[in-house]
Amino acid sequence: MVNFLVRRVLQALGVILAISLITFFILNIVPGDPVQIMLGDLATPETVAQVRAQMGLDKPVWLQYLNWAGNMLRGDFGSSYFQHRPVMELLLVSFGYTIRLASFSYLLAVTIGLAFGILAAVFHNKWVDKVLMVLAVGGISAPNFWVAIILQIVFGLTLKWFPISGAKDFSYYVLPAIALGTRYAASIARITRNSMLEVSKQDYMRTAEAKGLRDWLIVMRHAFRNALIPVITVAGTDLGNILTGSMLIESVFQISGIGKLMVDAIGQRDLPLVQGGVMYIAFICVVIYLIVDILYAVVDPRIRLGGGTRSE
Amino acid sequence: MSKSKKINSQSYYRVSLAILKKNRLAMFCLGIVIALVLIAVFAPWLTPYDPNLNDVRNRFKGPSWEHPFGTDEYGRDILTRIFYGCRISLSVGIVSQLLASLLGYFIGVFAGYYGGRVDSVLSFLIQVFSSFPFLLFAIAVMFILGPGLMNLYIALGLLGWTSTARLIRGEVMRLKNSEYIQACIVGGGSGWRIIMKHLLPNCVPTLIITITMGIPRAILSEASLSFLGLGVSPPTASWGAMISHAQPYIRKFAYYSLFPGFAIIICVLAFNILGDGLRDALDPKLRS
Repeated sequence: MVNFLVRRVLQALGVILAISLITFFILNIVPGDPVQIMLGDLATPETVAQVRAQMGLDKPVWLQYLNWAGNMLRGDFGSSYFQHRPVMELLLVSFGYTIRLASFSYLLAVTIGLAFGILAAVFHNKWVDKVLMVLAVGGISAPNFWVAIILQIVFGLTLKWFPISGAKDFSYYVLPAIALGTRYAASIARITRNSMLEVSKQDYMRTAEAKGLRDWLIVMRHAFRNALIPVITVAGTDLGNILTGSMLIESVFQISGIGKLMVDAIGQRDLPLVQGGVMYIAFICVVIYLIVDILYAVVDPRIRLGGGTRSE
Repeated sequence: MSKSKKINSQSYYRVSLAILKKNRLAMFCLGIVIALVLIAVFAPWLTPYDPNLNDVRNRFKGPSWEHPFGTDEYGRDILTRIFYGCRISLSVGIVSQLLASLLGYFIGVFAGYYGGRVDSVLSFLIQVFSSFPFLLFAIAVMFILGPGLMNLYIALGLLGWTSTARLIRGEVMRLKNSEYIQACIVGGGSGWRIIMKHLLPNCVPTLIITITMGIPRAILSEASLSFLGLGVSPPTASWGAMISHAQPYIRKFAYYSLFPGFAIIICVLAFNILGDGLRDALDPKLRS
């Protein structure tokens, strides 16, 4: 287990290093000089050169990367070109909104997904199963920003049950959380159902039935626990996707989370903010995947003994 | 006698096709996909309107006989724009997935066939690309390349290969130990020949499934990117961009945002169900 942990953590560090390299070099070939954009067309070439030197943009790319990476390790992501505040500060302030939205919708996705998945498996091939699975395929096929707009029209504008923009209190998160969570609830429901059905063919399920255990005990203790392994993988990957998916939802509902911060930064070509934001989200995702792999190894002894990981 | 011979001669693909044909829902979705392709190809003949021609006097006309889905903020016929948007969605889905499968196949096959250090490096590459949320990466790439159809193909194609590579790698690692591949290696067949002539045909079912499953994902990504203004440039009609343009008008003209959304759902749903059906038909393990 220790061996597995060490190898997996080293791998995660390598991935973070690679992602930082990709992010930095990709975003460094962005067309359009950020200094020119920041200062406007009226700036003289001398001023532009001076500001470039001030910001270290005149140095070779690899030196810029080392500087950036060194600062990043100290938690310094540089300053936003336009908001003139440290990127880290902006990210931390907006992260509060994103984490609230993401956790609400994740909670929703996991609860609904597991419940629907188990129900569908228990009533396999009955109408409950069919209705739920049609809903689930519909759920993974609908673009979340469109679901968001439909929710705004129906529950915000027509029924006036919930506010449709801003993030003042809990009621503001209801519609965004549903819009963001639907897709993942659907994918978790599908994988839970399939995994439960897979498990139900096993011999120990027949044994449990033959012992005369109560139905719900068989479903929860024997089927569900063993069916959890693929569910954990999907649920973990989905957490990462929810963080990115929130970009669109935050724009639709005008919630000033990381997503909206990033979308605005992209529009303004605010390089340090885009870089910092991408790194920040990528870092969180790598950590989440690491936790998923460790959980995976805890649940399934074959992995920690055999040395495989989620990806194999 | 002749009957038993007929059964023996049934090929893998013929059996798969027979299984698929029995799946009525999947066949229905195949019909929808074909219909969408026809709409995309024959869009100019299906409608009397120009998708990009402004007609200011006809702004925001509700659904009527002349304009079944109404008109938008420039007086353009929404149904016409949905027909033309179908071209963007389908072409982005298909082209980017072909590109992604090509990349995914070669990366997966090299990793699986050569193993050792090649596998370590390529597996690490797969790991890196899949630890990055797909959409975030696509946004970063489109941010650099700028809007445009070609750039969408490239961005979604270059980023969508990881799941294919992972599946092919697993498949090839299993196939490598089979007798006929071992025989080829012993017989002195070159690596390239084995990869192209013996491994590729065996990976085709996996590729068919990953392409069909990848297309709806690419279509949704295109819609998301266009919604953010990072897809095709205006005035080209794209379903995602139409929803984004409809957004300011949801109070008065809710129908404007409804139709492009339905178009996306129908298209993505059809591909998803068809993909499920193909997987059930092509995967021998799922055949009962």
